[in-house]
Amino acid sequence: MLVLTCPCCGVEADETELAAGGQAHIKRETVGASDDAFEEYMFMRENPKGVHFERWRHANGCGKWFHAARCTMTLEVFGTYTAQTYEPPADIRAAITAKRPGWSWGRFS
Amino acid sequence: MKRYSAFAIAREAARYHQGWERAWSAPEPKARYDAIIVGAGGHGLATAYYLGKNFGITNVAVIEKGWLGGGNTGRNTTIIRSNYLQDPSAAIYEKARSLYETMSQDLNYNVMFSPRGVLMLAQTHHEVRGYQRTAYANALQGVKTEFIGPEKVKEICPIMNIEGPRYPVMGGLWQARGGTARHDAVAWGYARACSDMGMHILQKTEVTGVLRENGKVTGVETSRGAIGCDKLGIVVAGHSGHLAEMAGFRLPIESVALQALVSEPIKPCMDIVVMANTVHGYLSQSDKGEMVIGGGTDSYNNYTQRGSFHHIEETVRALIETFPMISRLKMLRQWGGIVDVTGDRSPILSQTPLENCFINCGWGTGGFKAIPGSGWGFAELMAKGYSPLTAEFGLDRFKEGRFIDESVAAGVAH
Repeated sequence: MLVLTCPCCGVEADETELAAGGQAHIKRETVGASDDAFEEYMFMRENPKGVHFERWRHANGCGKWFHAARCTMTLEVFGTYTAQTYEPPADIRAAITAKRPGWSWGRFS
Repeated sequence: MKRYSAFAIAREAARYHQGWERAWSAPEPKARYDAIIVGAGGHGLATAYYLGKNFGITNVAVIEKGWLGGGNTGRNTTIIRSNYLQDPSAAIYEKARSLYETMSQDLNYNVMFSPRGVLMLAQTHHEVRGYQRTAYANALQGVKTEFIGPEKVKEICPIMNIEGPRYPVMGGLWQARGGTARHDAVAWGYARACSDMGMHILQKTEVTGVLRENGKVTGVETSRGAIGCDKLGIVVAGHSGHLAEMAGFRLPIESVALQALVSEPIKPCMDIVVMANTVHGYLSQSDKGEMVIGGGTDSYNNYTQRGSFHHIEETVRALIETFPMISRLKMLRQWGGIVDVTGDRSPILSQTPLENCFINCGWGTGGFKAIPGSGWGFAELMAKGYSPLTAEFGLDRFKEGRFIDESVAAGVAH
C-alpha cells in the first residue's frame, strides 16, 4: 500500500486516508487561450514510466492539498512538498536525482 | 495450416499425436514490411488479421515485447457486451460482439464464445433511469437489450439477494447475447490465422525507438535490430504513452492498474455475467467453476500490474450484500493489468501527427469485448486512411470538444 507523509500535518498516511488529485504543476488556461493550449491544460497528461509529480489531498486527515514525487514503476516515494509552489523544490529534485540520475518530467529535470 | 476438426483429432489419436504442427511460426525478422503492428495482444493481432483478410495486406509483422496475449488480453475478465449509450461506441462494440458470434468458425479455433447473457444491475434510482435510457438508445442503434425488473433479475440469477438494505436490486439492463469467451484463445486463434497468411509474429522483441524522417515513420528500432515499414500501427494499451514518447507526440492518456481475482472452483451456480457499477464489482463463473470478480482501478498512475489491496476489499465487501453466498468462498489468486484511460473514457483509434503512423489505445477498463471490432476498424483505417467505425474516435476530438462521453454513460466498469 502506498504511504505518503503529509507535509502539512506530518502524519504518515496510507492511501486509504488520501485522495489522489492527478498530475501536478499543470499550467492553467483561461479565456483567450488557443485550442492547443486548452487541450494541453484539459486533457494532455504526463504518463511516465518512472518519476511522476502528483497532487494529493489528505482527505481523511487534515484535509489539506499537497504534492508528491513518486515512481510509477516501483511506487517508491521521493518526497512530499507543499502545494503552494509552481515547481518542485530543490531538495525534492536532489532526492530524485540521487535515485534516478538523468530524470526528466515535462519541463523539469 | 492443417485445419482443426473432429477428424483431425481422430487421425492424430491413431498416430500418437505426432502430426500436430505449431500453431504459429517463430521467424527471423525481415528487413522491411508493408505494415508493422506494435503489440501482439488481442487488438494488435486482430488488426493484422483483418489487414490480411479484408485488404490483402499480408507482408505484416506483429512485434511483441513479451509473449503474445500476455498483457491485458490475458488479464481481463473476458466479458463481452455492446450495451453502450453513445452511437459510435455502440457501433464498434456491436460490430465486435457480432464478430465474436462466428469467430470460432472464421478462425477455425475454438474461442469458446458463450453468449450466456450480461446483466448490468441498477441499484439506485439514478441507475434505473440511466439504464432505461440506454435500453431506448440501444433499440435505436439496433443493439438488442431490454430493461428488466427485480423479479426477472431474481429469476435469471437466483443466487442474488435483491433486497439488500444498502444496495437493493431495482432492475437491470439485460443483453441476452452478451457473454464471455476464452481470452487466450482469441489471441491464439488470431495469431494462428495471421501466421497462416504469412505474417510474422515476433515475440520477445522489444521496440526501443521509432525511426522518423520528414514527418513520416520509416521503421522501428528493436532489440533484434532495425526493421523498416511503410505503415506503423501502435496497439500497446497501457504502454501507449511510452511508445508515443518514442514517436514524438503526446497522448491524453493516463495509465492505472485494474484488478481482478478468482475464487476456488465451485459447482455451477450462476450462468450469466453480472455487473454492478454502483459497487464497482462484476461477477461471472468460469467454465472451471471459479467465480471471476473484477474490481476497480487504482486512483493514481502506475505501471505495477499489481494494484492496491484495499480495492479488493471494497469490491468484495460490496458484492457480498448482493451475493451472500460468496462470503464463504476462498479467493485463489489476484492480478492486475495496466489500463490506459482517456479523458472521456472512450478509446482512440486515429492517425497520429506522423502521416503513416496510427494508434489504437485508450480502451481503458473495457478492451477485451472490443477486440474484433477494433481490429476490423483499425485495419480499415490503416489500409484506407478512413473507417466509419473509427471516424469518431480520432485524437483531435479532445481539441475540438467532440467527446464520446462514456464516463458519464457507463459509470466505472466498462
